[in-house]
Formats: sequence, structure tokens, C-alpha cells
Amino acid sequence: MTSFKTELQAIAVPPMFAFEPTLENFSIVQERSDYMKYAINSVITSFGATFLALVIAVPSAYSMAFFPTKRTKDILLWMLSTKMLPAVGVLMPIYLLTKGAGLLDNVLSLIIIFTMINLPIIMWMLFTYFKEIPKEILEACRMDGATTLGELRHVVMPLSWGGITSTGLLSIVLCWNEAFWSINLTSADAGTLTALIASYSSPEGLFWAKLSAASTLACAPIVVFGWFCQKQLVQGLTFGAVK
Amino acid sequence: MRMKQLKLSTIALALGLGSIGAAQAGDITIATVNNGHMVEMQKLSDKFEAANPGINVKWVVLEEGTLRQRVTTDISTKGGQFDIMTIGMYEAPIWGEKGWLKELKFGSAYDVNDILPAMRGGLSHEGKLYAAPFYGESSMIMYRKDLVADAGMTMGDNPSWGHIRDIAAAVHNPDKGVYGICLRGKPGWGDNMAFLTTMVNSFGGRWFDEGWKPQLDSPAWSHAVNFYVDLLTNYGPPGSSSNSFNEILALYNEGKCGMWIDATIAASFITDPKQSKVADKIAFAQSPIAVTKRGANWLWAWSLAIPAGSKNTADAQKFIEWATSKEYIELVAATNGWGSVPTGTRASTYKNANFQNAAVFADAELKAILSAQPENSTLEPTPYVGVQFAAIPEFQAIGTAVGQQMTAALAGQISVEEALEKAQKAADREMRKARYYK
Repeated sequence: MTSFKTELQAIAVPPMFAFEPTLENFSIVQERSDYMKYAINSVITSFGATFLALVIAVPSAYSMAFFPTKRTKDILLWMLSTKMLPAVGVLMPIYLLTKGAGLLDNVLSLIIIFTMINLPIIMWMLFTYFKEIPKEILEACRMDGATTLGELRHVVMPLSWGGITSTGLLSIVLCWNEAFWSINLTSADAGTLTALIASYSSPEGLFWAKLSAASTLACAPIVVFGWFCQKQLVQGLTFGAVK
Repeated sequence: MRMKQLKLSTIALALGLGSIGAAQAGDITIATVNNGHMVEMQKLSDKFEAANPGINVKWVVLEEGTLRQRVTTDISTKGGQFDIMTIGMYEAPIWGEKGWLKELKFGSAYDVNDILPAMRGGLSHEGKLYAAPFYGESSMIMYRKDLVADAGMTMGDNPSWGHIRDIAAAVHNPDKGVYGICLRGKPGWGDNMAFLTTMVNSFGGRWFDEGWKPQLDSPAWSHAVNFYVDLLTNYGPPGSSSNSFNEILALYNEGKCGMWIDATIAASFITDPKQSKVADKIAFAQSPIAVTKRGANWLWAWSLAIPAGSKNTADAQKFIEWATSKEYIELVAATNGWGSVPTGTRASTYKNANFQNAAVFADAELKAILSAQPENSTLEPTPYVGVQFAAIPEFQAIGTAVGQQMTAALAGQISVEEALEKAQKAADREMRKARYYK
């Protein structure tokens, strides 16, 4: 709502709920920033990282769900523990590695980082979905001569398609909203929409209405995307809830 | 065969993605902050590119704190992501001393001697200039002459804080949407503490004594902060604890403030009829004082510097020369009018008849800038340089921690005494940690 207010209305105390809306803030943001460049970077990094993470996570989760070892639970817990480390704690090593690879201000570095930070959650979710599939189905399919790849492709994935889709959607949303690495590893070219929002923060106070307009423009694509995909999301999240 | 195709596709995809965002030779990347004059520079940089074929200017706009963090990370890892960055008077001498910035040397055409001595001095270390001022500022009183006259009051240069309180009380009329005085309240060493430090200076206080011991528990701090909290609570707009420069600018332009004591650069915005509803009703006076004039008004410059890791120093220097030149000021004047040029940097701007005609604030601004003395800003001697800050690396953390306590006191969450006690402890802890004393 603030994005449709003037700067004075935006800082009014108490907050104003009745006001004449203006689109001025949106036009200022469009005029000042290359919105499409940031939006394209967000799309490339979110979808790229999600695709890469699923390529790694699907076979890994399959292996852990259907061929567990005594260390499987420990490995899953260890993976999850990496999420407990504050991102800033590894800023310097990651920055140096990225610099060494010549990937500073490059979407490829963001895709790799986003993949790594979301992989534990994706692995856990897929592991949980795959565990719901009765092992007898797989045994029957093996008896019919299916290979491991065939089993994964023709049985496991179709049966857990809702779960894979919802995991992918969640990963896209998480990547889209990631700000720390986007701001720290990019400068002029590879910034995502979160970096665009950060650029509307001012050193001496804030232009609240313009900042809100930038935020709205940054959130809008993923909100629309989520709205279209809500059926798959709900289906996936409730997968296995009722037996 | 299919596996081979997959591998080739993957490599092609990686190379394709890798090429997105790769910097080209001749590119200069400028890290800057989001404020009015910087945004204008961004718009006008097309002219620089046109005049310098082969140089492509790229912009990274960041929040001030993030900018500092990014730049320090980049400098310490020699990342070379930035060729020019926007820094203030606080960082320039400290970073210059550490060797993080390239020394700036200009040709005679640039006329470095035209830059105001206070600005040149504040951006140098041991006589070497490490940043060129893009715009400079001091602080002064900007008041509504119509409201003050209607209230039967007068305002002169350097009025006492008591007189400021009387005027604020006289013009305060919340029913008509006018508040006596608007001041910064948002926490931050460059936000509320920039203003409060000048106030404390004029009340006879200082940040540190000669042995670097914090002085926030001194009577001067208590008097100043109590006065500030009372003044804003009684005659300030609601929500003052979250107001900083930009929020107050919006209030002032709508005619909501009777008085505003803040950066002189605000004068060019509030006297611009395109932005301000009260553009023709404003007058200026030098900052208020309590027991001393020393340090009553601050000194600051947003400047452009070249980090040591830059890979494109020559082009970066060319851009800085352009953006901080007399010609750039003339370009802004031709585009937006003389009243909107970046001020506070060059003596020639203030001598320009067109500027004098367009900028009713010119004399007051120059007087404020020239009267600020970073080496002599407190009643009692101090070991630090700086008016509204102490130019030591630890100040940023101390100033922000203290600012948070002051905001809490202003918001009525804690008493002023409690806020100062906590602030003193925080400052003491930081200074001990940095081994200034045991």
C-alpha cells in the first residue's frame, strides 16, 4: 500500500489508510533502474539453481530413501546443520573462492551458491516424499527387469511428482528472496531483484514510498508465479498426509 | 552419443551463463549511495561516456552500511570489483592511511586549489588527497520566516538553544499540522548522532577525553540530551524517533516544520519550488549554541575515491576529474538550474553570480562550512579530529550503539540517564577492546 502513497503519506503518523493512490513511485523506479536486467538475473539464478539442486538431490534422496545405510540419518542431519551457520561466517572464503574462479559479479556464481544453500532443504523434502512410496512397488518393478535409472525415472518420479514440484517451487521462492549473497557477490551486472531493493535504501533516512515500490516490483513476479502454481504446491505439501 | 551431447550442452550453458555479467575492458564500476546528487550524477554520466568513447560507466547503488562492508571486503581481498566508490570525510583519511585508497593527483586544469580548504583537509592524510569532494555540507538552521514573524519572534545567527526552544514553542501548532522543530531521531552514527554530537559540542561536551576515555556520563552530555529529548517531545512531529534527513525533508517540503537544523545541502531542495510548497518562505541562520560556538555545526563531504584494488585507475581518475570539476557543476546548472548544483566543494561556485542569484542559501551555507573546524571542535581538548564524529575506526560501532540508546530515550522507552549510562558502558567496552586503555 505504501508504494501507492507519496513520501509524506508514507511517513504519516498514525498511518494513513485512506489516500489518493499514485503510480509516481513506480515510474521513478522504472526510470532510475534497469528493472528487466535485475528481473532476468533473478529468473536465471532461481530457476538455474533449482534445476541444478534437483539434478543432484533427486538421485541422492532416492538412494537414501530406498538404500539407507546406518549413516544415512547422520548424513542428513549433517547436511541440515550447514544451514545453521550464519552466511556472514563464510563470506570471506566464499568471496575469495569466487574471485579465484573469476566469477565475481557473475550469475554462475550465484547459481552455484544458491544451489548449495538450498540443497539440504531440498534433500530433506525429497527424502521425506520418497519414503512415502511403498517399497513393494519398487520390488515389483525390479522383478519386471527395471534398471535403477528406469526405476527412478518411470516409478519413483511419477509417483512423487507433486512432492518434487512443490520442492522445486519452494526452492525457486527461496532463491528469489535470497539477498545476502546477491548483494555481496555482485556489483553492476549480475545483481538480482533483492539487490535492486537494497539500492533504494538511502544513507540518511529512507524514501519509504520508492523503497516500497521497488519491493513491490521485486515481489510481484514470484507472487504471480506462486499463484499460478498453488495447486501443485498444495498437492505436494499435503502429499502423504492422509493414508 | 546422448551422454556426449548432454556434456556439451552443460558446458555451453555454463559458458553462456558465465558470460552474463562479465565486465568488459573499458568499464568502470562505481559504488555509490542513494541520495539526490548522486542520482543526478548517474543520470548525467551519459555525457561523460559521450565525451570519453571507450569508457563505459556502470553503477552499483548500495545502502551506506552495505557499501562500506562490500568495499572493505573487496579491498581486503583485492577483489577489484569497484573502480570508484563514494565515501565520506570519516573514511577518507582512515582508509588513506591504511593504503586502501589511491592518492589522487590532478592536473592544473582541474584547479585543485579551488576546492574549499576545509574539504581538502578533511579528505587528506599527511597532505595527500585520497578523495575528491562531490558535494560538501555543514549544518545550519533552516526556518520558516513567515511563521517566526507571525509569532512575533526573531532569529539571528548562532541563537542560544533556549531561544530555539522559545521559537519552537511559539510556532508549534499541531492542529494546523505545523510542528515547532524537526530534528533527526533515527539511530545511527551518521543519523541522530551527527546532529546530537554538534549539540553536545555546543553544550561543552566531547566524545573522549585526552586519555581516550568516553565522556558520555559527563554533565554536558546529560544537559544536551535532556534538552534534545524535551524539545522534540514537546515541539517535534510525532514519530521523531524514526525520522532522519529524508523523512524530515518530506515533512519540511509540505510545510510541516517550523524549524529544521540539519545539513546545509537540504537548502537546495527546500528552496526549490518544484519540490517544496514553502520554497519562498524559508530563511537561514547559523547553528544554535549553548556554552560554546565550537563544533556547533558539522562538516561533511560525500566524495569519490579510487580503491587500491581498482584495475582501471586511469579511467576512474578521468571520471572523478569530470564529476568533481567546475564543468560538471555548470552541466548540472544547465540541466536543472543553478539552485540545484552540488555545493560545498568549490570556492568558484560561491563566487558565481548566477549561483548567488539562484541560491538564497549561498552565503549562509558558505559561512557554515568555513566556520567548521574538525581539529578544534570541542570546548575541552580531545585527541581526535572530527566535528560530528571522531575519526577513529571504532567510532562507527560506538556511534551507532550510542545512537540506539538516544533513540530509545527519545521514544520514551528508557530515561535519558539510563540511555547515557548504557551508552557509556558500550563505548567503554569498545575502547577497551581496541586497547586504547586497560
